[in-house]
Amino acid sequence: MTHMDNVCRSKRAAEVDVSGLVLEDRVHTSLYSDPALFEAELDKVFNNTWVWVAHESEVPESGSYKTAHIGRQPVIVSRDRKGEIHVLLNRCRHRAATVCEGKRGKVKSFVCPYHGWGYALDGELRAVPKPEEYEGVFDKKDFPLVTVRHEIYNGMIFATMKADMMPLADFLGGAKKWIDLFMKQSGGYPMKVLGDHRFRFPGNWKIQLENTTDAYHFPVVHKSFVSSLDEQTSKVFDFLDGDGFVEDLGNGHSVMVMIPALVDLEENLDAPIPDRFQDFAKELEREGRSDQEIRRLVRAVGGTGFNVNLFPNVACSMAFFRVLRPIAVEETEIHHVALGGEGAPAAFNQMRMRLHEHFQGPMGFGTPDDAEAWERVQKGSYAGLDEEWILINRGQQHLKTSQDGNVAGAVCSETGMRAAYRQYKAMMTAKA
Amino acid sequence: MNELMNDVTAFIYKEADMLDFKEYQEWLNLWDADGIYVVPIDPEAEDFRNTLNYAYDKADMRKLRVNRLTSGEAVSTQTTPKTVRAPTRFRILSSDSDRVTVRCAQHISENRHGVLRTYPADVTYTLRRDGDDFRIVEKVVRLLNSDNHLSSIGYIL
Repeated sequence: MTHMDNVCRSKRAAEVDVSGLVLEDRVHTSLYSDPALFEAELDKVFNNTWVWVAHESEVPESGSYKTAHIGRQPVIVSRDRKGEIHVLLNRCRHRAATVCEGKRGKVKSFVCPYHGWGYALDGELRAVPKPEEYEGVFDKKDFPLVTVRHEIYNGMIFATMKADMMPLADFLGGAKKWIDLFMKQSGGYPMKVLGDHRFRFPGNWKIQLENTTDAYHFPVVHKSFVSSLDEQTSKVFDFLDGDGFVEDLGNGHSVMVMIPALVDLEENLDAPIPDRFQDFAKELEREGRSDQEIRRLVRAVGGTGFNVNLFPNVACSMAFFRVLRPIAVEETEIHHVALGGEGAPAAFNQMRMRLHEHFQGPMGFGTPDDAEAWERVQKGSYAGLDEEWILINRGQQHLKTSQDGNVAGAVCSETGMRAAYRQYKAMMTAKA
Repeated sequence: MNELMNDVTAFIYKEADMLDFKEYQEWLNLWDADGIYVVPIDPEAEDFRNTLNYAYDKADMRKLRVNRLTSGEAVSTQTTPKTVRAPTRFRILSSDSDRVTVRCAQHISENRHGVLRTYPADVTYTLRRDGDDFRIVEKVVRLLNSDNHLSSIGYIL
């Protein structure tokens, strides 16, 4: 992208005004389909906050890397020889070619495929072919891969393009408690990414953002998933009339507790083993695991009963990370990242992966139905003239104050969507 | 060998026809009781049990998958009313008195919301001889783009 394009893009972004398009109880339908708004979102949202890029376990040792995106910008998350993690723009300083194209893996260095410039794992420019032609032109030390600021919370690596962005811990704020609870599901072993499902749907990224805090759709969209469960488990997933809640955690984040009994996985270890995990428990018993460990692993294996929606691009969703990547105004890529325990019994990680495959991904029993609904939202949103709105007002008159002093609504309320859109509006209308 | 190739291809053509024409109960009967249906993500994966896949179905999950496709409860299965698949490029990798392993190419086309998509794949079958017929012990569908992002797949590959 040339400087002029950048200037034009920023100018277009500056001209967008969402103040009348995002109200407390509704958002304008053009938020899903206006290309100028999308460009503004990349600048004002994705380039202006903490964006999740990786989990520490995805770069486990020196030389490990993972590629990711901050909005539209390709980045590399790497671990250097000293074990330090780096987030680098995936762009050769010479003519901009990406220097790394894999999903994840292990390398000694990053070499540009175009002219052979070689970079170390920390981004340092180590070698250029025909160096004599650069004599008196530049000093290699001034042209490393550009480092993006990153911080880590409980294994989750976030990066930001905004130089003076507040510390990650402050940004996460009230969500930290819930992230800590979420991380208990690795059964006493270090959390480890086991793989991911990647798919795209033809729709705006905010349709997906809303979905992770939308319990209301579950019994409708996921009827076939619930039908595939045993009776006891299907009752667990019948949570709309239960004691769950949605809590606004600030900065656009929210938590939706669907199954209150599965908030703290280190509690209630004496509870009876659910039917669906009886065989799993027996397998652990055959391996000679202690009763205490079996109970801990059984309690953890199905994941938590809540979704933490972190604005703008990641959620800790029951048993997996949901990551969204805006591709275009009408195209979004989703990664469903499966999680397990490093060094945990093989049976534990196998069960975690089988549960993930059951619901998630393009062939899961849940995701394709979500994607169908989202695609239909995008299509339907073109109907009408300029007076159509998306409603986010459910439960607005039944708000309470949570134990932590936050605004909370019923489990099926749209409290989390209102939290996200409030943050969205603040960022989109902020003066540069 | 030609006779074996004829028998094997006839079996796989029959399976493909059953899936395209939604004869799912008949399809379930093609399987060995311990058979495993796998759609891997990682093109290099061999240890499917210890790897995240798109699908890793033993008998109970295959049955649940068929129920999902036929119950009418899953909206995404309603929008892909028809697939057309063409297995070809058969090669027998090994055979003995009990089992045959055969690899083939498969092109599946779907028409979803008016968008025609094709999923090319290498498919490897391990078949157990069962009198004059076969039972599927393992079917591994390696999509050409398994390592990239996919769209919803509301049918059996």
